[in-house]
Amino acid sequence: MLYKATLGLLLLLSLSACSLEPWVKPYERANLADPIMSFSQDPLSQGYIHHVYQAREGARGAEGGSGGGCGCN
Amino acid sequence: MRAAQKVVPGAVVVVTKLSRLLLVLSLLLSCISANAAVLPFERADVLYHSYSGGGITINGPAVLVRKSIGDSVSVSAKHYIDTISSASIDVEVILGASTYEEERVENAFSVDYLTEKTLMSLGFTNSEENDFSADTFSFGISQDMFGDLTTVSMGYAHGSNTIGKTGDPNFSENSQSDNFNLSIAQILTKNLIMSAALDVTTDAGFLNNPYRKVRYVDTPTTFLLENEVYPKTRTSTAIALRTRYFLPYRAALHAEYRLFNDSWGITSNNIELGYTHPFTDNWIAEAHIRTYAQSRASFYKDLFPFSNAQNFLARDKELSTFSNSTIGFGISYEFAKGEGGFIDKASVNLKFDHIQFNYKDFRDATQTSFTPGTEPLYKFSANVMQLFLSVWF
Repeated sequence: MLYKATLGLLLLLSLSACSLEPWVKPYERANLADPIMSFSQDPLSQGYIHHVYQAREGARGAEGGSGGGCGCN
Repeated sequence: MRAAQKVVPGAVVVVTKLSRLLLVLSLLLSCISANAAVLPFERADVLYHSYSGGGITINGPAVLVRKSIGDSVSVSAKHYIDTISSASIDVEVILGASTYEEERVENAFSVDYLTEKTLMSLGFTNSEENDFSADTFSFGISQDMFGDLTTVSMGYAHGSNTIGKTGDPNFSENSQSDNFNLSIAQILTKNLIMSAALDVTTDAGFLNNPYRKVRYVDTPTTFLLENEVYPKTRTSTAIALRTRYFLPYRAALHAEYRLFNDSWGITSNNIELGYTHPFTDNWIAEAHIRTYAQSRASFYKDLFPFSNAQNFLARDKELSTFSNSTIGFGISYEFAKGEGGFIDKASVNLKFDHIQFNYKDFRDATQTSFTPGTEPLYKFSANVMQLFLSVWF
């Protein structure tokens, strides 16, 4: 049931989203493309600070930094 | 398929589930936009890091180089060294006031491949210490969709660890970890971006530190030590929300919240707020605060009432109830921008973080003038410094 609902939702999304008009146009993304808006500005530094916390806290994962992006080529 | 169903129905269920999963994935990926992701920037970083706090000093260099090969392949290599000098409270309780030194060397390689619509990554990391060896393979896929307003990324990593014990050549244990992660980055307005991440990690094997001990009551005024005993499995889930907002005068605010839970009974959350402010054409200043709090693992105790008091025993302060708070600053100076030649841009960066740890049920057992269990609660502060040079080319 859950599978069918998910499949239906994705089918709907795939039909509608391919023709979806982005509400933030590519030419409106100058601010988002500024390096100060990046989730991962300095990967080496970011990886180090995650390691500092991981070694001293019980929590782990979902630190972010890799992947993602703002799609502002 | 029908014949297979008669012989191995279990296999058919797996095949059917796999085909359904592939169908769902293909539908999801069919929504991609005409504009696709881009390869990561070509850059090189050389970093010196230093951590000092709680009787531990860790420092060393790190280098990361990323280079594109053609329009669709990017490779990266990382070399990282931790030189550790420790007389931490864990070591003091077990060995007395002695210091040990060791080194950890990590090497990592990755390849990113960009097709018209998809960015795929393969990675391998090796970490070596004299008593610990870890290999991790990872795979990731990232996709822009819905007019490039949304980026969906997912990944899987498998780690394999070999644990040794200095002074005991016969000691050899293993553990494995499997990690699944999913994240979605979403442009909400022309000044606001948000991301959500889900991470599930499961470990199996020898998960405790072979040196660390727990303490238990011997007489009303003394305690004795015995080895920790951890469960052989651990599964954790973390979810995180992050956002960045571009202010009207070219500055950025960022915020982060993460919630964590695991099968050992630890629940934690952390919040971070930060502000980035460029000034003149060359300088960028950044400041942030972060708070973290967690509950203890169900089998953690600072002082057990007697030997082998329960099936699992831990006195690792990272599994205790505690909180910490961080205040941090960073300053970057950018130069050689747009001057042509080999380098596009370079920057020199200095970052400093001060972290205060306050433990709620981990006591300072080195204070021998107290009756066991009445020592002051442990606390310490740490200073973390990074100095690095980045070059984009």
